[in-house]
Amino acid sequence: MRPILMKGHERPLTFLKYNRDGDLLFSCAKDHTPTVWFADNGERLGTYRGHNGAVWTCDVSRDSMRLLTGSADQTVKLWNVQTGTQLYTFNFGSPARSVEFAVGDKLAIITTDPFMELTSAIHVKRIAKDPTEQTEESVLVIKGPQGRINRAVWGPLNSTIISAGEDTVIRIWDSETGKLLRESDKESGHKKTITSLAKAADGSHFLTGSLDKSAKLWDTRTLTLIKTYGTERPVNAVTMSPLLDHVVLGGGQDASAVTTTDHRAGKFEAKFYDKILQEEIGGVKGHFGPINALAFNPDGKSFSSGGEDGYVRLHHFDPDYFNIKI
Amino acid sequence: MAAEVILMNEVESKAAQLGIDLSIDFNSIQLPPGENFDIVSDDEDVYHEDQLEFDSGFGNVIVVDNLPVVPREKFDKLEGVLKKIYSQIGVIKEDGLWMPTDPETKKSLGYCFIEFNTPQEAELAKEKTNGYKLDRSHIFVVNMFDDFDKYMRVPDEWAPPEVKPYTPGENLQKWLTDDKSRDQFVIRAGTDTEVLWNDARQSKKTELVYKRTYWTESFVQWSPLGTYLATVHRQGAAVWGGATTFNRLMRYAHPQVKLIDFSPAEKFLVTYNSHEPSNPRDANRVVINIFDVRTGKVMRDFKGSADEFSIGGAGGVAGVSWPVFRWGGGKADKYFAKLGKNMISVYETETFSLVDKKSLKVENVVDFTWSPTDPILALFVPELGGGNQPARVSLVQIPNKTELRQKNIFSVSDCKMYWQSDGDYLAVKADRYTKTKKNTYTGFELFRIKERDIPIEVLELDNKSDKIIAFAWEPKGHRFAVIHGDNPRPDISFYSMRTAHNTGRVSKLSTLKGKQANALFWSPGGRFIVLAGLKGFNGQLEFFNVDELETMAIAEHFMATDIVWDPTGRYVATAVTSVHEMENGFNIWSFNGKLLYRIPKDHFFQFLWRPRPPSFLSPEKEEEIAKNLKKYSKKYEAEDQDVSMLLSEQDREKRRMLKEEWEKWVSGWKRTHEEEKQDRQKLRDGEASDGEEEYEAKEVEVEELLDVSEQVLPFED
Repeated sequence: MRPILMKGHERPLTFLKYNRDGDLLFSCAKDHTPTVWFADNGERLGTYRGHNGAVWTCDVSRDSMRLLTGSADQTVKLWNVQTGTQLYTFNFGSPARSVEFAVGDKLAIITTDPFMELTSAIHVKRIAKDPTEQTEESVLVIKGPQGRINRAVWGPLNSTIISAGEDTVIRIWDSETGKLLRESDKESGHKKTITSLAKAADGSHFLTGSLDKSAKLWDTRTLTLIKTYGTERPVNAVTMSPLLDHVVLGGGQDASAVTTTDHRAGKFEAKFYDKILQEEIGGVKGHFGPINALAFNPDGKSFSSGGEDGYVRLHHFDPDYFNIKI
Repeated sequence: MAAEVILMNEVESKAAQLGIDLSIDFNSIQLPPGENFDIVSDDEDVYHEDQLEFDSGFGNVIVVDNLPVVPREKFDKLEGVLKKIYSQIGVIKEDGLWMPTDPETKKSLGYCFIEFNTPQEAELAKEKTNGYKLDRSHIFVVNMFDDFDKYMRVPDEWAPPEVKPYTPGENLQKWLTDDKSRDQFVIRAGTDTEVLWNDARQSKKTELVYKRTYWTESFVQWSPLGTYLATVHRQGAAVWGGATTFNRLMRYAHPQVKLIDFSPAEKFLVTYNSHEPSNPRDANRVVINIFDVRTGKVMRDFKGSADEFSIGGAGGVAGVSWPVFRWGGGKADKYFAKLGKNMISVYETETFSLVDKKSLKVENVVDFTWSPTDPILALFVPELGGGNQPARVSLVQIPNKTELRQKNIFSVSDCKMYWQSDGDYLAVKADRYTKTKKNTYTGFELFRIKERDIPIEVLELDNKSDKIIAFAWEPKGHRFAVIHGDNPRPDISFYSMRTAHNTGRVSKLSTLKGKQANALFWSPGGRFIVLAGLKGFNGQLEFFNVDELETMAIAEHFMATDIVWDPTGRYVATAVTSVHEMENGFNIWSFNGKLLYRIPKDHFFQFLWRPRPPSFLSPEKEEEIAKNLKKYSKKYEAEDQDVSMLLSEQDREKRRMLKEEWEKWVSGWKRTHEEEKQDRQKLRDGEASDGEEEYEAKEVEVEELLDVSEQVLPFED
């Protein structure tokens, strides 16, 4: 089917997130204004105004009532999804790069970038049921990894935290004590910055994408490397189909490295791979610039991609897609 | 020149004061031409390192013997003369001239040491002034200081050379006996050089033969018959080969070698390098060695300034057009020739000296090419005297140097010569001025070499003003293809040297209009051609059958820079080399344009098929095989089918394993997920919904009132 081109952002996209029901799509971009769209027809539903810097990330609560956004303005804001009002602002000394609600939505992970003399950090915050009782206080702060942490997510039952970033190592931390439990193997792991991390629907495994032109599939509990998917381009965004055994990788040459005028030169495609056989199935072209964000609708029947070109492209699959045999 | 005259006068007067005979032949000193045109050679870095290396040694010191023996008071004068002579050749170091004296007589001993800045200069000085006549009784004998040691060590008694027992060598042609009749190729990516089998027919990929990191310092090259792989190093070149793997077979010492070239029958290897002179006014110094490939012996060396080797050529690397020496006389490696000023120097490999002891004099010759099969030279002399003397192409037979055929061409601006691979035809592409001299148009002069009196035919394109973008003969055939036209989508025409009724006439076969192509790649077996659009056309490929005049396939290898047919004409390799930052790697296609496999490689530099020697089959035998092709192909098809069955079987097995392994993971995850269900519910304050259970999808209709407007319409009757 023809993709729906969603024009609303004025700057490159940074992150995409569907709510649990799959009817809303939240998009973040460098233009300060997270936006919510109807995930079906791509109509713009509203914006969340208040950030004063590029918005790097967001997460929506399970009941689709609360939105958490992290921004380069060194704040993380909690919003009322329906009204677009700010409920609370967490202040940090450096840009917030990644946020995620825990199972039960009572906790959230926030990662902050290294900035000035501050090192990167993973903060665990308690999210109060009643926003008026919300406090700034962190339950836990983990420091240690060198360089930026591009993504940190909760492990099963909120008992662990998985982090990945510039130092190419994936780490599993104890979410109670902040102790380092596991580290990915240098040999088999990524060779360059890990840019993205996507969990499976049941959280049992996750996919990481890296600038080393590969994506890797890991077991969440044991951090065992299960699969590697090789591409020809740095990977900026990854996602997994909740319905079929497909993984999608997005990326492309850094815009500054693209010297020719032909957009094919950069390979700005969303590439589909068979999750089990690790073979490329196909690609979805369209963006004029690298793909920065990818998200699968929880029903597995559509996905959206956000590019450096400022567009979100919403793709509903043709019926043929569900009968691909390789 | 004025500076030179003054210099001479000074020397002469000094010599007169010294009482030395004035009949010194100063013309015997060849002054290095004083320009390098401000072109900075890229081997400068290497050169400087080189200099450091030698600073501690005596490689830059020469010993000049047979000087006049002079008393102390005449020292300065003699030194002055020597300095004058030698500083014309190179830079003498400060206090670099030392003349020892006899402690008793206080007279000089008749020799001196001169230290130059670089060993190259010392070498040059030795060459230029050895045998230099200062006067009748003083003829210089010049040696390198380092050589003295060598001469001293020559044993006084002759010892018979040791005879080594004969050890049979390896079969260097073993690769031709591959039971799957595959071809090899070499690739260079990053620091690795690999030789691989192209196993396209069966496994659809490559099989490694040999791999080595830092195998070469700049490039690799196959010998023309594929026996050797040559590598290039700082110390010289080396060739590799062997039955099963690659061993070093021979080394050819040539410091800082830049370029190499094999003779067609791979008997000889020509190596080349050029030095930046220490005096920037001088031209680069060129050293060319010709080695015997098997023995490693230097058969002949050529030294001189770059200017001597760069006549006519548009200038390849550092001013010379490579190869400097062009091999001729077919596959026997009998002759090689070099273009000189107003002459062509033809050497023969029997004695490595000039044929008839003199060069072929041709006034103003600017280009020549050998017939690929016969000892015939085609040479081109451009128009002279503002058009009074027309441009000329002539064919000259070697060794008797008789002119077989000559053709005058008028108002020519440029000319290129193309030989057909069997030496049957020669096409001369001449760009000519129109009457107004404002524009040029192109015509072809076609020579039929093998016919009596060598008839010449003139061919002009249908549209005379079309620019010629590419021209290519069908290998071993009678057809050629031309890309012509000015617009962004040029036309491609095919011509044949034969027509249906008359074999002596050229005829057009077809013109393809508006193709995105700028390069032509004929299959080595003829008949098929790849029309390629490289560079600006981003790697458009069209696989064309010239027999049927039909397109077999249209494809694209995005950004492709190189296209090479395998020596059998079965496969085509297209590659993106590191001239582009991205897309590096190569694709292998079948002759009819089916993509067989792709291999991406970062920092991809070279792709070269291993050439095959010509077949031993007689033409009759080949025809017989072609006739009975069906019989043979049955056997191969059956083989292919077996392999593909085996492969798909293996593939299925592999997939089954992967699926099984995955199932194991998934079932494990499901189990733990189930086990953790209670805990998850607790975390969610008892909310049972885990996301996995069904939920009802309700269609909700939402009506939104956007705008209400009332308008009063006039009622009309």
